[in-house]
Parts: sequence; C-alpha cells; structure tokens
Amino acid sequence: MKTLNRRDFGVAVAAAILLPVTTARADDTNMEVHIDNFVFQPPELKIKVGTTVTWTNRDDIPHTVVSAGKFRSKTLDTDDKFTFTFTNAGDYKYFCSLHPHMTGMIKVE
Amino acid sequence: MSGHDHGEDGVSRRKVLECMTWAGTGVLWTITGGVPRSLGIIDSAEAATATAPGMTFLQISDSHVGFDKPANPNALGTLEEAVNKINAMPVKPSFMIHTGDITHLSKASEFDNADRIISQSKLDVHYVPGEHDFLDEEVKFYRDRYGRGTKGAGWYSFDAGGVHFVGLVNVVDLKGGGLGNLGAEQLAWLEDDLRGKSKSTPVVLFAHIPLWTVYPEWGWGTEDGGRALEYVKGFGSVTVLNGHIHQVMQKVEGNVTFHTARSTAFPQPAPGTAASPGPMKVEDAKLRSMLGVASINFKQNEQRLAIIDTPLQG
Repeated sequence: MKTLNRRDFGVAVAAAILLPVTTARADDTNMEVHIDNFVFQPPELKIKVGTTVTWTNRDDIPHTVVSAGKFRSKTLDTDDKFTFTFTNAGDYKYFCSLHPHMTGMIKVE
Repeated sequence: MSGHDHGEDGVSRRKVLECMTWAGTGVLWTITGGVPRSLGIIDSAEAATATAPGMTFLQISDSHVGFDKPANPNALGTLEEAVNKINAMPVKPSFMIHTGDITHLSKASEFDNADRIISQSKLDVHYVPGEHDFLDEEVKFYRDRYGRGTKGAGWYSFDAGGVHFVGLVNVVDLKGGGLGNLGAEQLAWLEDDLRGKSKSTPVVLFAHIPLWTVYPEWGWGTEDGGRALEYVKGFGSVTVLNGHIHQVMQKVEGNVTFHTARSTAFPQPAPGTAASPGPMKVEDAKLRSMLGVASINFKQNEQRLAIIDTPLQG
C-alpha cells in the first residue's frame, strides 16, 4: 500500500503542476496583474468582456486596487489576491489608494 | 554630514539628497527661546538636554508594529529598543509626537502592542495617522484610540511651552496619480486655527507624509501641502515634522525648517536609488547602524544647517 500511495501522490503532484499551466493556455478569460516594486504589471491590459482579472501583491508592503465607482479591493498584504470580472466594455482606470502614484488601466472590449 | 550650507533661497534637489542621512531611532527636539532645535537621539542629546533650558519633546515615527518581513522581522522589538533609549535619558522630555504608521496593517492587536510598548515611556503622546493606520474594514481602530477631541480624520492643535503645535492628516481621500492630501475642509480649519495667533508664536506642523515635495515619483509629497505652508508664511519660526520616508531629510526655506524622522521599524532607500520605495533589506549587523544617533541643529535666521550623524553601532 505504501508504494501505491507514493505513486498516487506523484500523480497528484504532476496534476497540480500541470493544471494551472493547462488552464492558462486554454482559457484567456483569466488574466493576471502583478504588483511588484509599487508598480502594476502590466500597467495596461486589453481584455474581452467577461474576462476575470486577478491582481496579486508581491511586495512587502500592503496595497489596494481601486477604480472609482467600479471596484475596490480590501487591503492586500503580501501574496494576497483580488479578483474582478469585467462584464461591461470600457476603460477602467485604477490606482492604489495607499500609494496613489501607482496607477493602472484595464481596457475592456 | 555636518554644517552643511544650504544656500540662501531654498535648496536644489541635489542639495536635499546630499543632506539626506541615516540617523537614530527618534529625534529629540528642544525649544530654547522659542526656537525648536533637533538634538538627535539619544546619547548626544543627553549632554545637550542637561544644559539646555526650555521645553524638550521627542518625535518617533513609522513603528509599523506587525511588520515581520526580512527588512526587520521584529519591528515591535526595535520599537521597544527606541522606547528604552528614551527611558534612559537623564532629562525626561515633556511629551512625544508620533508621526504615523503606528501599525503595519491596522489590526487591533498591532495597536494594542504598539500602545503597550510606547506607554512604557510614560510620556503623553500626540499622534497623527499614517496610511497604515486606516486599513481596518471600518476605519475605526485608530479613531477609537487616538481620535478623541480631533476634527475630521484626526487633525487638531495644542499649545505647549509657548509653541503652537498642529497635527495634520494627509493620508485620506488620496486621488489616483496624486500625492498626500489635506483637503479643503482641513485647510480651512488650519487657516482658522492660525488666525489671531501672534506671528512671533513658534509653530510646529506635523503630519505623516512630508508636506513638502521630496520625491513625487514615489509619492513622497503632499498635493496641497503648499496651501498649508502659505498659512504659516508670516510666522517667525515654523518647523514641519514628518515621517513616511523612513530616513532623515532636512531643508530650510526662509523661516521654515522641514524635517523627516527615521522609522523605528525598517529603512527605505534614498529617492531614486532603488526600484521602489519599499522596505530595504540590509545586513542584520547594519540595521541598527541605520537606527543610530543623529543630531540635527539649526538656528532661526541662519541659513546654515548642521546634521551630525552618529550611528548607535559601528
């Protein structure tokens, strides 16, 4: 039973590694923005209606993601994520309400 | 850096950068003849306070209680070290000001821990909030603790030792692409607060983000800070004390002296010297050398500015 368990474990690990790669390739309705060094990367993103964008804070300092009247994240500590699905076309300017010199743009077509 | 000459009419950016220097964990201020002088902490200040008559107060800033990242895994510990230094002073300061970012994430436990350590100084503490103190969902922990008797988001004034102190809040309602913000309501209050004060009254303005433009590329400035400075223009002695940038920077413009205090938690890079203004990781042995001792001495009506920097270690 021990060897079986080990093999199952191996399969699970392989699946866990492959799965995100596969979904990312198969599904362009999920996009990512990283916060690194007080910068939204990429600063401008062009997406289609229905796309979900996930922001991940990779700094040692908390940040927020705020688009006035559209969306507002909670405070994101290190490695925290914020997700928003864009259901309407338009230009969404956003910024970090703690460090307002940090700005970004999502263009939804 | 010592006895640095800033010239007559303000300071170029290069000069400001030259004068930026690492220093101690807090800055000791003394009022002699109505003119505030920064004595630096703490060892060099002891000798000075022993002989200097008048009122002495202390500034600490950016304690970031709760911060546990590599730049300083124990920010509470270094705050306690700073408080121990204050307690070891032979002459007790009249009170302390804290220029914000008491906590890192505005958790109740972080406020509690900060208070537990800072209260060991047994000094009255006058706080202004940093952006890290307004992060709780209901934005109430700071106000519950320190907002009593204040206006708006927490601004207020008080008099001590013949000096008029004004605590300002420039970390709320920040606009995308902008800097720190005081807002029309607070500016109107400030103008009213200063009305009728004798122009010979020394004024100390303190707020978290620098009221002067230090480095807008990193958000180090206040959008409408110039408006506040207009209101104090006629006063003979004005001192502006800020935190936020985790390093000592000072300049003198006419009768106005600007000064930023260091953090008790972690250093941040000099403007433009790193990819971002985030916490700067230095060797463990070097951290406390950046939390060393600084004396900043200045005199009203003199253009010369002297920063004497003595690290605690090394």
